[in-house]
Amino acid sequence: MSTAAETPYKPATATGRITDFVDQRVGGSGLLREFGRKVFPDHWSFMFGEVALYSFVILLLSGTFLTFFFDPSMAESVYNGSYVPLKGVDMSVAMNSTLNISFDIRGGLFMRQVHHWSALLFTASIAVHMLRVFFTGAFRKPRELNWVVGGVLLILSLADGFTGYSLPDDLLSGNGLRIIQGVISSIPVIGTYISFFLFGGEFPGTAIIGRLYVLHILLVPAMILLMIAIHLFMVVVHKHTQYPGPGRNDRNVVGYPLGPVYAAKAGGFFFIIFGVIAAIAALFTINPIWNYGPYDPSPISAGTQPDWYIGWVDGALRLMPGWLLGIPLEWNIPFPWGVNTLSLNVLIPALVPAGIVFTVLFIYPWIERWVTKDDREHHVLDRPRNAPTRTAIGMAGFTFYCVLWAAASSDLIATHFNVSLNDVIYWLRALLFLGPIVAFTVTKRIALALQRKDREIALHGRETGRIVRLPHGEYQEVHAQVDDYKRFKLVGYESPEPSAGVPNRNGIVTKQEKRRALLSRFFFEDRVAPATPAELHAAHGHGHEEIEASDKTKEVAR
Amino acid sequence: MGDHSDGIPAGSDAVARAGLNEVEKFQDPGLPPHRKRLADTDPRAAQRAERQVAFLFGISVVGTLLFFFGYFFIRLDDTIATLRLQNILLGLGTAFAMLGIGTGIVHWARALMPDHEVSEERHELRSEADREAAVKIVDDIVEETGIKRRPLIRNTLLGAVALAPFPAIVMFRDLGPLPGNALRHTMWDKGTRLVRDPTGTPIMASDVTLGSVFHVIPDGLNDLKEGKLEEKAKAVVLLMRLEPSLLHPSKGREDWGYEGIVAYSKICTHVGCPVALYEQQTHHLLCPCHQSTFDLTQECKVIFGPANRPLPQLPISIDSEGYLVAQSDFHEPVGPSFWERG
Repeated sequence: MSTAAETPYKPATATGRITDFVDQRVGGSGLLREFGRKVFPDHWSFMFGEVALYSFVILLLSGTFLTFFFDPSMAESVYNGSYVPLKGVDMSVAMNSTLNISFDIRGGLFMRQVHHWSALLFTASIAVHMLRVFFTGAFRKPRELNWVVGGVLLILSLADGFTGYSLPDDLLSGNGLRIIQGVISSIPVIGTYISFFLFGGEFPGTAIIGRLYVLHILLVPAMILLMIAIHLFMVVVHKHTQYPGPGRNDRNVVGYPLGPVYAAKAGGFFFIIFGVIAAIAALFTINPIWNYGPYDPSPISAGTQPDWYIGWVDGALRLMPGWLLGIPLEWNIPFPWGVNTLSLNVLIPALVPAGIVFTVLFIYPWIERWVTKDDREHHVLDRPRNAPTRTAIGMAGFTFYCVLWAAASSDLIATHFNVSLNDVIYWLRALLFLGPIVAFTVTKRIALALQRKDREIALHGRETGRIVRLPHGEYQEVHAQVDDYKRFKLVGYESPEPSAGVPNRNGIVTKQEKRRALLSRFFFEDRVAPATPAELHAAHGHGHEEIEASDKTKEVAR
Repeated sequence: MGDHSDGIPAGSDAVARAGLNEVEKFQDPGLPPHRKRLADTDPRAAQRAERQVAFLFGISVVGTLLFFFGYFFIRLDDTIATLRLQNILLGLGTAFAMLGIGTGIVHWARALMPDHEVSEERHELRSEADREAAVKIVDDIVEETGIKRRPLIRNTLLGAVALAPFPAIVMFRDLGPLPGNALRHTMWDKGTRLVRDPTGTPIMASDVTLGSVFHVIPDGLNDLKEGKLEEKAKAVVLLMRLEPSLLHPSKGREDWGYEGIVAYSKICTHVGCPVALYEQQTHHLLCPCHQSTFDLTQECKVIFGPANRPLPQLPISIDSEGYLVAQSDFHEPVGPSFWERG
C-alpha cells in the first residue's frame, strides 16, 4: 500500500498534466467522484425550476449588454435619434437612451425584447415551479426551508421585474410609478415621508430612476444570486425528490446519472430556452415605448396593462370599493394634534391579499406538518390526487390569485366582451370570495374521484372497450389487468386517517390539540384508501375471471 | 356484482383499517425492466440518430450566419420596417443557433446515450454522532469565551450591537426633503390663466362649447426651468362645459364655475392616475387605471370604483380680456390621500 502511495501519478497527455496540476491544488477529483455520477430523477415537471434558472442567466447576459448603453438619468433632453415621430420631443435621458438602444444600436431592440420576455418567463416559471412543488408535496420535510427560499426568490423576482419595468421612463412605466407613489402615500404615519425620501421630493422628481436602477442591476440581482446559490445547495444536500412508482421509495433516488445523460439534457435545455426566448423576441414586440412617448403626468392611454406578475395587486386595487354600503373607507381621524387620514380603500387591497397569499405560502409546510404530526422525511412526491385536501387548498389559493389577476384586465374584459365595466367588477368582487370555495369543493371531489378510478383500475384492470357476450347471454366489457409495475403506481400511496386529539401527560386534550384534531378531520375525513392485495384477490372472485384470464392469454401471445 | 363503476367494492373495504401492515399492502415490484430503444438494437437507427444530431448542430451554424447577415447587411434607416427586419433576422438567427445546439444535445442524450435508470441510496441528512459532536463543540466554544460567566461583557456587547446599526438607518435621511406643505399647494393662484396642455395657449370662455372638454395647465408651467413635471403632476385640470342647470353646486361653491364651465383636478384621488376619460352623455369622468368614476353633475362625487373622495374643484372666472382664470389655488390637496392630509 505504501509503495502505491509513493509512486507519483504521471499523466500521459498535456491536457492530463494541466488537469492533474489543477487537481493537486484544488482537489477536483473528490468533487467529480461525488457529483460526476450523481443521480437525478427525470420528469417533465422538474423542468420549471430549470426554466427559471436559465431565464435568469439570460436576464444577466442581456441585462449586462443593456447597461452598457442605458443612462438612468432623469435630466431633461431633446430626442434627436432615428425615430422620426419623436424627433425634437423633450424627454428624460433615460427614455432617450432607451430609444437609442432600440433604434440606433444594432441588436439593441433585440436585447431589450430578450430581456423583457425572459423577465416575464422568469417570474412565470418560478410561479409554476412553486405550484408544482406545492401540489406534489415536495415542500415536506426536509425541504421546508428550501420552500421558503423559493418564496423569497418569487418576491425578489417581482421586485426586480417592477424596478426594471420603471426604468425607461416612458408614459406607461411613469403611470405605474405614480400608482406606487399613491399606494405608498396611504401608509399611515410614515407614508408621506417614505414617498418623499424614495422620490427625492415630490413625485416624480429627478432621483427615482437612478435609485431604481441601482436596485435593479445590483442589489436585487445580488440577492437573487445568493438565494439561488442557497436553493441549489439545498437541492444537492437533499437530493431531488422523485415521483412515486415501482422501485422508488424514501430511501433511494432513481434516475439518470449526472454525466452524461442528465448533464446533456439539462445543458441542452438551456440552449432550448435561450432559443425559444430569442424566437419570441424576434417575432413579438414587447413594451414599444416609442408608441407611448415620454412620461408626462397629464396624458394616459386607456386599456393599458401592467406586466403580468403585477396584475394581481393592480386587480386588488380595482376591486376594492371606495365606499362600502354607504360607508366611506377613507377615514379622517381626529387626534389631539390634528386630523389624520387613513385610506383603507388603498391600504387594504395593497396589503391584505398579497399578505394572505404570502403568509399562507410561507407557513403552509408547518401547518400541514402540525396537522399530520408527520415528522418523517419525504422524498417521494404525492400525486396531487392522493392529497385531495392539499390539492383543493392549492386550487382555492390559485383561484383567489386568478380572480385578482383577471380584475387587472377588467376594462379589457368589458370592451372585448361588450359587457358593462361595472358588472365585471361586481362579478369579480363576488368571485373573489366565492371562487376559492367553489374551486376547493370541485377540486377535492375531482381528486377523490380520480383516486376511486385508480382503485378501480388497480383492482379490475382497465376498460378495453371490447364487449363480450357470455354463453348465458350476459354482455360484459373485458377488463385488461394492469401489470404489477403499473398497479404499484396506483396503490403505492399513503392515505392518512383523521387523528383524534391526543391527551397530554396530564390526560387533558388541550384546546390547541382539539383545534389540530379538527383540522386533521378537515384534511382527512374524506379519503380513499389504496387498494390492497386482499381486495385484488376478492375482486377476481367476481365472476369475470374467465374473461380476464382470456385477455391475459392474449397478452402473453402478443 | 359485475358493476364496479363506482370503484368502491361492497362493504367497508374501501377504508383502510388501522394497523394495516406490510403484508396487507402491495409489495414494491422494483424497477420495471429496461426497454431497449431502436438505436440500441439497430445500428442503422443509431447511425440515423447520429446524422440527425449532426444536422441539428448544422442548423445552429446556419442560425449564427443568419445573425451575422442581419447585423452586417441590413442598414438601419429611418423606417420601422428595416428595424423590424433586422430584429427578426437577429432574433431568428439567435433562435436557430441556440435551438440547434439545444435540441441536438438533447436528441443525442435521448437517442444515443445510455438510458438505464439507476438507483442510489440517500444519505442521512444528520447523524446522531454528528449532532452530539456539534453540541459538544458549541458548548466548548461558549465555555472558552466565558460569556456566561462574564455578564458585563455580554451586556455591554449586546447594547453596543443593538445601537450600532442606527447610523445606517439615519444616514438615509437626506434621500429627500421633508414633505412640509408641498402637497397642499399647486401653481394655481388668483388670476392664473387656464391654458391648453401642452401648447400653453389661453382659453376664452367662448371657446368652451357645450359638451367639450379641455386638458388644462396653469399659465407659466411650460416656462418653468425646474420642477416642471412635479408642478404639472399637481396642477393639471380638466375643463368642461355643461348646461348650468345640470350642475348642482353646494353652498359656497355657486360661483366657482362660469356659465356652466367648471374645472376639476385631473389627478385621481385614488392613487393619482390622470382621470382622462370624459363621457359626454353621462357627464361621468372615468379613471383608466382603476375605473374610479366621478359624476360631474354632483361636483365629481365618486359613483363607482375604488376612489373615496371627489375630485377637487378649481374655482374659475374670467379676466378682463375674457380668458378663463383661476380664482385661487385648490381649496384642498389634490391627488391621492396621505396621512397628514386631514
